Amino acid sequence: MAYTHYILVCGGTGCESSNADGIYNNLLAEAKAAGVTDKVQIVKTGCFGFCEKGPIVKVLPEDSFYVEVKPEDAKEIINEQIVKGREVTRLLYNKEKRSIEDVEEIEFYQKQLRIVLRNCGVINPESIEEYIARDGYLALERSLYELTPQQIIDEVKASGLRGRGGAGFPTGMKWEAGLKAQGDVKYVVCNADEGDPGAYMDRSTIEGDPHSVIEAMTICGKAIGAHLGFVYIRAEYPLAVDRLKIAMNQAREYGLLGKNILGSGFDFDIEIRLGAGAFVCGEETALLRSIEGKRGMPTPKPPFPAQSGLWGKPTIINNVETWANIPVILTKGPEWFTKIGTADSKGTKVFALTGKVKNSGLVEVPMGTTLREIVFEIGGGIKNGKKFKGVQTGGPSGGIITEEALDTPIDFGALTRLGSMMGSGGMIVMDEDDCVVDVSKFYMEFCVDESCGKCSPCRIGTRQIHAILDKISKGKGTMDDLEKMKEIGFAMQKSSLCALGQSAPNPTLSTIKKFEKEYIEHIVDHKCAAGKCKHLLQFIINDKCIGCGACARKCPATCISGEKKSKHVIDQTKCLKCGECFNTCKFGAIDKK
Amino acid sequence: MAKMSLEDLRKMREATQQQIKKRETDGKTAQIIVGMGTCGIAAGAKATLDAFVKELDEKGMGGEVVIRQTGCMGLCNNEPTVEVVVPGMPSIIYGGVNAAVAKGIVEKHLMKKELLNDRIIDRPAVDLLKK
Amino acid sequence: MINVKINGKAVQVPEGTTILAAAKQANVKIPSLCYNADLPAWASCGICIVRLEGTARMIRACCTKVTEGMSVITHDPEIVKARRTVLELILSNHPQECLTCTRNNQCELQSLAADFGLRQIRFEHFIIDRPVDNSNDAIVFDRNKCINCGRCVEVCQEMQKVNAIEYQGRGGKTVIGPAALADLADSPCVRCGQCALHCPVGAIYENHSTRKVWDKLADGSIVGVAQIAPAVRVALGEEFGLEPGVISTKKIYAALRRIGFKYVFDTNFSADLTIMEEGTELIGRLLKGKGEIPLFTSCCPAWVDYAEKNCHDLLPNVSTAKSPQQMMGAMIKTYWAQKTGIEPSKIFSVSIMPCTAKKYERKRNDDMRSSGFDDVDSVLTTRELARFIKQAGIDFNDLPEEEADNPLGPYTGAGTIFGATGGVMEAALRTAYAVITGKELGDINFTPARGLKDVKEAKVDVNGTEVRIAVVHQLGNVEPVIEAVRAAKAAKKEPPYHFIEVMACRGGCIAGGGQPYGATDEVRAKRIAGLYTDDAKSEIRVSHKNPYVQALYTEYLKEPNSEKAHHLLHTHYVERPLYK
Repeated sequence: MAYTHYILVCGGTGCESSNADGIYNNLLAEAKAAGVTDKVQIVKTGCFGFCEKGPIVKVLPEDSFYVEVKPEDAKEIINEQIVKGREVTRLLYNKEKRSIEDVEEIEFYQKQLRIVLRNCGVINPESIEEYIARDGYLALERSLYELTPQQIIDEVKASGLRGRGGAGFPTGMKWEAGLKAQGDVKYVVCNADEGDPGAYMDRSTIEGDPHSVIEAMTICGKAIGAHLGFVYIRAEYPLAVDRLKIAMNQAREYGLLGKNILGSGFDFDIEIRLGAGAFVCGEETALLRSIEGKRGMPTPKPPFPAQSGLWGKPTIINNVETWANIPVILTKGPEWFTKIGTADSKGTKVFALTGKVKNSGLVEVPMGTTLREIVFEIGGGIKNGKKFKGVQTGGPSGGIITEEALDTPIDFGALTRLGSMMGSGGMIVMDEDDCVVDVSKFYMEFCVDESCGKCSPCRIGTRQIHAILDKISKGKGTMDDLEKMKEIGFAMQKSSLCALGQSAPNPTLSTIKKFEKEYIEHIVDHKCAAGKCKHLLQFIINDKCIGCGACARKCPATCISGEKKSKHVIDQTKCLKCGECFNTCKFGAIDKK
Repeated sequence: MAKMSLEDLRKMREATQQQIKKRETDGKTAQIIVGMGTCGIAAGAKATLDAFVKELDEKGMGGEVVIRQTGCMGLCNNEPTVEVVVPGMPSIIYGGVNAAVAKGIVEKHLMKKELLNDRIIDRPAVDLLKK
Repeated sequence: MINVKINGKAVQVPEGTTILAAAKQANVKIPSLCYNADLPAWASCGICIVRLEGTARMIRACCTKVTEGMSVITHDPEIVKARRTVLELILSNHPQECLTCTRNNQCELQSLAADFGLRQIRFEHFIIDRPVDNSNDAIVFDRNKCINCGRCVEVCQEMQKVNAIEYQGRGGKTVIGPAALADLADSPCVRCGQCALHCPVGAIYENHSTRKVWDKLADGSIVGVAQIAPAVRVALGEEFGLEPGVISTKKIYAALRRIGFKYVFDTNFSADLTIMEEGTELIGRLLKGKGEIPLFTSCCPAWVDYAEKNCHDLLPNVSTAKSPQQMMGAMIKTYWAQKTGIEPSKIFSVSIMPCTAKKYERKRNDDMRSSGFDDVDSVLTTRELARFIKQAGIDFNDLPEEEADNPLGPYTGAGTIFGATGGVMEAALRTAYAVITGKELGDINFTPARGLKDVKEAKVDVNGTEVRIAVVHQLGNVEPVIEAVRAAKAAKKEPPYHFIEVMACRGGCIAGGGQPYGATDEVRAKRIAGLYTDDAKSEIRVSHKNPYVQALYTEYLKEPNSEKAHHLLHTHYVERPLYK
C-alpha cells in the first residue's frame, strides 16, 4: 500500500509529558473516522529537539511543522490536511505560507549549512566516482585550465575564507605570501593532527570526504608553485588514514594526482606523515619540525612558514576544514561564499557539539549563528532537564561562555571578545552538575602532559596552575591562590613560545572571571556545589534518621555519634568522605552534598 | 583505469551523474545508506550493514535495493545512523539502528512502505549542490 | 641599515640584527637567560620578552629581527611583571643549592635572580628527580639543575654534529641525554665538553679532580709535577679579571709552585716534541710511502674519539703520535725521572688543560701507561686551576713572574701556537719544510692556517712538490672534509689534502670545554691573538731548534720515530662502537 501522507508525532520525553500520547491516539481515531487509514501512516518518533514548543507534530511530504498541538487538534489535522490537502496554518510554527523548498529551522539538520561536510553522509568515501559526480575535481579543472595562479589566489582572497584551525588567518593572504616567497622548492601541508579533546571535525571530514582535501591541496600547489604536499595526520585516526590512502591511490590511478595531472603538465603528489601522539605537533611550526624528522617543538615566528617552513622552504600549511572549503569556493564562486556568515567571518564552521546536550554530534552552521541556536535548537537543549551553565569553545585553549552571551552571533571576533576563541571547533556544553574548578583542572592536566617542555612559562606554569587547582579542589586553597593563578596565567599568555602555552591559562582565567563565586566557595566554604570535587563532599544526616546506628557501626573513622533511637550526627572534621554511611543507610537519612 | 585527460574527467562526471539521477527518478531502486565513520563503526555499524545484507538476501530483494556506505552524518549521539531512500516516500534518517532495527526497516519501511516508530531522527540535510 | 627605536631612542643597525643586539647598541640591556651569543637563538626561556610600542603582545628579543621603523619598549610594568613571574617559575623548579653548587658565583641563573631582586618564590617548589650521569671520566650531567635552556643540545647537534644528546620525554618530564638515556660513556659522546662550556647553570660540568690533587700535594712523600697547556696561559687570567688573550704564563708557573707543585713544566715543550715525531711521520708517509696519506693530526682527544667511533676506515690515516700532554707525561716518568733520580712511583704528574677530553685521554688505553705507570696521573681544567688558586689563598695578580723548570719547560713559538686552530699545522710546516728542503719556510708566519674560517685550505710548494693542507676546527665542520677524502679514495684519485689538522673545539683549544665561560668568536679571536703574540715574541720559533728537545733526542730517544720513541711517544687506535 502506498501512503500519501505520514504524520510524525514527537514521542520525546518533553512532548510525552504534554500528552503526545493523547494526540497520537486521537489522530489514529480521527483517521479511522475519516476513512483515510490506508492513506496516512501515523507514527511516534524520537525527540525532534525543539522541546520548548512541544508537543510537535510533523506532516510529510509537505513538511508541515505543527507546534503546541493539543489532542483536540487531531480532528482538524486529519480533515484539513489529509482529506482536503490544506495545512492547518494556526498550528504552524511559522505562520507564513512557505513553499516546499523552504526549510524548517528546527531539526538537527535543517539549521545547518553543510559546505565542508557536503559529501559526508552522502557519498561513499571510498568511491572517487561518487566524489567526481558531485562536482568533485571541477575546481581543479578550473585551476589547471582556466585560472592563472594569481587568479586562483584572488578568488580565495575574495571569498574571505579564514583559517579554520584556530587562528583564523585570512587564507588568501597566506597563499599569496606563499606565491610571492622566493624558493626553488615549495611545499603544501595539511594539518590533520586534530588534538583538542572532544574535537573530531577533521577526522570525520577525512573519513567521509578525503578527496576534498586532496583536490584542495593540489589546487594550492598550482597556485603557489609547489609540487609536493604532506598530510600530517595523527596516528590515532586509523580509519581516516586508510580512507585517505585509498583516495590518494584512486586519484593517482585516474591521473588526478601525480605527474601531468589531467594532461596539464602540472605535477603534484602528496605523502602522508603520521603523528606520534603529541598534541603540540598540531602547532604549525612544531608540525613542520616533526615532518623534518626533528622533535616536535615550536620554533619562533617570524619567520612564518610561508616564507620559511619545511626545510627552510616556503610552505603553505592549512587545517583540514580550511582545505575542504576550497573546492566549493572555486566552483560556486567567492561571491556566493561571502553571502554566508558575518562581516568578519565568511562561510560556515563545523563544531563538534558535545557535553550535556541532547543531540551531540557534528554541526556545521553559517558564521553568525548564535550559541543559543546551536545548543538549544540544533543540540536540543540540556539533557535530563538540567540547567545550562556554560559552553566551552576552543578546547583547552578556550574560555567559557555563559548564559548572558548566548545570543551573540558566533564569529572569530565575537568569541575572542567574549574571552574565549573559535579554536578548531570543539564546543562542550556544561550544566549545573559540572564544576568549573574540576573542568579547569582537567584542561590544565591535559596541558601539563602535552606541553613540549621547551619554554619555561608553559612547562612550569601549567604545572603550577594545575597544582593550585588541585589544592582548591581538595579544599586546601587560599584566596591569594586566585591571584597567583592570574599572575602565572598572565606570564604564560605573554611569554610562551607557542599558542599551546599562550592559551593554556584560558579555561582557568575565564572561569575565574565568570564564576569567581564558585572558586571562593571551594576555597572559603570548602564546598563544591556541583558535587564533583570528591574531597569537598559533605555527608549530613537529615531528619529521616531513626537512630538505628547502622552507619555509626560501619564508619571507619568512627565519627558518627548519637543516642539510640535519636538523630545521629557526623563529625565533619573527622569524616573521610568514604561514603560507607551513605551506602549503608536504608532510610535515606544521609544527604550527600 | 587509465590516467584521465580533461575530457575523460568531464565525461565520467556526466556519466556518473546520469547514473545517480536514474537511480533517483527511475523509481525502481531504493537505497540504504549506512554511516561508517569511526563513531558509527564504534557503535556497531558494521554489524548493521551485515544485518541489512542478510535480510535483503533472505527476502530476495538484493536486486532492487542498493546498500551504500558513507562517512559521518554528524548525528554522532545516535549511531548507528542509516538513511533510507525509497522513491515515493520522504527520505528518513533512523538512529540507533542495530541488527534488530535493520530487520524492522527492511520489513516495514522497504516492504510495507511504513515508517518505523521511535527511531526517526530527522530528514537529511539540505544538499549543498542542489541549493 | 635599518632605523629602529628602543624605548624612544633612535639607533641604526644592519639588516638582520635582532632586537636584543639593537638594544645593546642603544645601551639598553634586555635580560636573557637561554640566549648565548655563540649559538643561534633557541628562544625557549621567555625572559627576553619585549613589546612593540602600542601593542599588547609580547615577543622575544633574542630571535626577532628588527624591521624598518620598529619601535620597541623593553621595560614597562607589565613586561617586568611577566619576566619576574617567569623567573619565579624557573626558580620554583630549580634546586636551591647555590652555596654548594659548582657554579656558585658564576651562574647565569643566579645573576639573573640577583639582578631581578627576587625576595621570595611564591609557588610550590618541586624537583622532578632525574638521574645523574657521571659515567664518563670527563663530563658530569647533574640533571636536576637543568633549566632546559637547550644550549647543550644545540651545541652537540648543530655545532659539533656529534649527536650524542637529545631531549627525551615531554614537558616537565623532559630529560636530556643520549638515546634511551644510555650512559654518556656508552654513547657517541666524545667528551669535547662544549656542552659544559655553554651550560648557564651547574647542570653540566667537568668531572672534578681538585680534591684528589689537593690530597696528593699534601702528601710529603709525593713529588708533584705540573705541565700547562698552551691555551691556558691566554685565558686563566680571565678568572682573575684580566682581558682574554693576556699572557700570564709566568704567573701561572709561580701559582703552581705556591700550590705545592715541586716542579713546573710546560706542555709547549712537548708540543715541540710532537712536531718532531709527527713531522718525521709526515715526511715518511709523504716521501717514503711509509703509511697512508692524508695524515690527520692526533693531538685532540675528542677528535681521536670521534675518529675511533665514526671513521673506522680512516684510522690508518690518523697520526700515531701521542698528544703533547701524553708525551710530556711519558717523558717525565722516564727520561726526567732517570735524569734526576726521582722514583717514578713517587711522581704525581698533573696536567692543566683547557680540555675535558684530556681527562679521558690519560686513560684511553695501555699506551698511556708506557712508562710503566700512569703517564699522567690527573688532569685539571683551566677552571679547576682557577678555583684551586683561590682555595690556596693566592692573589693571582700579585704574583711575581717565574720561569718553568728545565729540561721540560722551555719552548719555541711553534709549540705555543698549538692552542689555536691552525697552530699545529703551522708548527709542523715550519719544521717539515726545513727538514725536507734544508731551508726555512719563506714567511715563518703561515697565515693561511690562521683564523676562524670553518675549513682553511692551502697549498705549499715543497721543493717542487705541491703539498695540500687543510685545517678544520669545530667537529661539525669535519664531515665534508672526511667525505672528500673518502670520495677521492673510492675514485682512486689523488687525495684532496696531504695533511689535515682537526681540532674539535671552535677556535681550537683556546675555547675548549675546560676554559673559562663566555666563549664567543670575539673572545676566541683575542685568545688566539695572545698565542700568536707569544709566538712572535719567542726567541726561537721552530720546534727543531729547541735545544732541550735536541738534547732529549741526543741523550735518550736517539732520533724521531726510533724504537724507544715509538714505545713511549706513539699510540694506536681501535674501532669503537657509537653505542655500547
